Amino acid sequence: MHDTPPDTLIRGARIVDPATGHDAVGDLLVRDGIIADFGAGLGRPDGAVIVDAAEQILCPGLVDARASLGEPGYEYRETIATAAEAANAAGITTIAVLPDNIPATDDPALVRALAGAGAATGRLTIAPYGAATRGCKGEMIAEYGLLRAAGAVAFSDGARAIGPAGLMRRALSYARGFGAMIVQHPEEPSLAAGGAATAGARATLMGLPGIPACAEAMMVARDIRLAELTGGAVHFAHVSTGEALDLIRGAKRRGLAITCDTAPPYFDLNENAIGDFRTYAKLSPPLRSEADRLAVCAALADGTIDAVVSDHQPRDADDKRLPFAEAAPGGAGLATLLAVTLAQVQSGGLGLIAALSLLTDRPARLFGLDAGRIARGEAADLCLFAPERPWRIEAGALPGKAQNTPFDGRPVEGVVTGTWKAGRRVHG
Amino acid sequence: MRLPTRHLLGIEGLHPRDISALLDLAESYVLLNRSGKTRRDVLRGRTLINLFFEDSTRTRTSFELAGKRLGADVINMSVSTSSVSKGETLLDTAATLNAMNCDLLVVRHKASGAPALLAQKVDAAVINAGDGMHEHPTQALLDALTIRRNKGTLAGLTVAICGDIAHSRVARSNLLLLTAMGSRVRVVGPPTLIPAGIDQFGASVFHDMREGLRDADIVMALRLQTERMSAGLIPSAREFFTFYGLDAAKLAVAKPDALVMHPGPMNRGVEIDSQVADDAARSVIREQVEMGVAIRMAVLDVLARTALAHA
Repeated sequence: MHDTPPDTLIRGARIVDPATGHDAVGDLLVRDGIIADFGAGLGRPDGAVIVDAAEQILCPGLVDARASLGEPGYEYRETIATAAEAANAAGITTIAVLPDNIPATDDPALVRALAGAGAATGRLTIAPYGAATRGCKGEMIAEYGLLRAAGAVAFSDGARAIGPAGLMRRALSYARGFGAMIVQHPEEPSLAAGGAATAGARATLMGLPGIPACAEAMMVARDIRLAELTGGAVHFAHVSTGEALDLIRGAKRRGLAITCDTAPPYFDLNENAIGDFRTYAKLSPPLRSEADRLAVCAALADGTIDAVVSDHQPRDADDKRLPFAEAAPGGAGLATLLAVTLAQVQSGGLGLIAALSLLTDRPARLFGLDAGRIARGEAADLCLFAPERPWRIEAGALPGKAQNTPFDGRPVEGVVTGTWKAGRRVHG
Repeated sequence: MRLPTRHLLGIEGLHPRDISALLDLAESYVLLNRSGKTRRDVLRGRTLINLFFEDSTRTRTSFELAGKRLGADVINMSVSTSSVSKGETLLDTAATLNAMNCDLLVVRHKASGAPALLAQKVDAAVINAGDGMHEHPTQALLDALTIRRNKGTLAGLTVAICGDIAHSRVARSNLLLLTAMGSRVRVVGPPTLIPAGIDQFGASVFHDMREGLRDADIVMALRLQTERMSAGLIPSAREFFTFYGLDAAKLAVAKPDALVMHPGPMNRGVEIDSQVADDAARSVIREQVEMGVAIRMAVLDVLARTALAHA
């Protein structure tokens, strides 16, 4: 389908492979789309493209374990092609794509179609989530066995919580038979209904209907208990509160199959970002208090959080240029994933390898993806970035279609200068 | 005087100095109105549009009268609520208004932040005439003017705001204004109608009317929307009236010269008893309406001047 990419020698990069802890300056040779060799002072093969990567970091192509791409059904927001552009610009080469599209990914043919559409771009591996319930409607569980066989990586209803306890129990029990994980949007629906912001002084001042922060912890507590009851595996998406993280930490200590991710807004922003009714900062879950933000940072540092995801939710102007309570929640997250995560490294909250691990091998292992490593013989999915090069995140100037970034105006450091997908240069 | 911003979207962001100056200017308009004179030169040639996405009689009329007394051309646009459930219409409306060269735009909308959104898109000075549960700044200003005229000052007074605080833009604007001006504000109501974190804005929270009203200088009752019952936030009107309705017995614990206020329209027998509402010695509810016109004249005057300064 795609021509074999030329051999490439990336020279003088700081090569970081979080899976093995490898961290040394050296060269990396890509041949036939595969990592042929890496290490100090590799020779220059005839005809190879040379990339001078001095002062830059070369890591595995990033693995984003949670994103909505808008396709199928919401192509006015984003398409697989525009999302691939945004993803590659941030060094992302593999994306787990949420199932709550139109139609929902509740049929094996749709799983195959999505994965095929990713492969056809030549820039991106799409690892589809399967729907946890048919149509993501929260009623009947979907065909986990068939979906799994077609390549679904986990099961979720996307932005919607699996609400009734009985349904979650069945989903966990049944998924267990296929070794599959249920990915929950942890938010008690009856407390979240109609809410536009985290309940508290900020929402009160702005006259916005509030969602109490404990709506997250309540769902996490319930589902941990259901995981215990069924022996199933639960992964909590975009965890945003200290209380929920404490519960997850405790469950992990007890050896339960509980994991979680978070997204950059929850460790980089707090609820004050919605001031002046900024609808780009209207997210689900809503931005939290500063204390919760700090708790998320602490949970990144102590390993409680297993992955940092983009939580990309593309929205267009008509979705967002509305009074706050009526605007659609969700933020564009692909293009800013690496830079905002690196801010945690710059602030001293996370080591570089730990930060990159949350973006590469840890999500890959968790979701069973063959990605996120630099090793001889592996596909050359690579991300090269200049860690200290500054830029400013600006809505309107982001790669891809979706511009609804909650980080509009934020200065960051870390520019991706090159992204390779199976040895083919797709960015830079 | 001038305001720091082109628009009046809320009390938040106003300096106590701005509030005092607006009240002083409004005082002069009270005298003018009582003399039966007008000052049609102030807004001559200016267009004021009342854009009401929610039903309102008194606020709209009050702005209309204020605009006309200052010589503006006043147009009322009532947009039926059924056709504006979508925000696109809001911005389409903004484009239409820009084409009409409107100078002053008075907006009421059911969604918090709607006037702020409009203000980004229109050339006119936007005045928030009530947005969702957010703010109703001219109501708070007219309440402050009423209090100041009766008590001589706002500083040091104890003001009890009673009833549905959670859904009230009047309560929010009043809380911000009164605390900025040195009053002590109490909010009184059942816990289901008190919003989270309100104490962080300087309000003391009470769930018992008698405790909340004790030695108060001002008692402000808020309108209780019947939807609150259907939403299950309170069990019934009679239960609410029994515990939170402002009647003579509950008012008796306030200061002997305590004033009774209500932003209107009143639900008699729900949040306020007629005996209290109509007590000429205590109730300043009618005076609030009179002050409303004067305050809105002052706001229109100042915003027109502010717009000139920005131009």
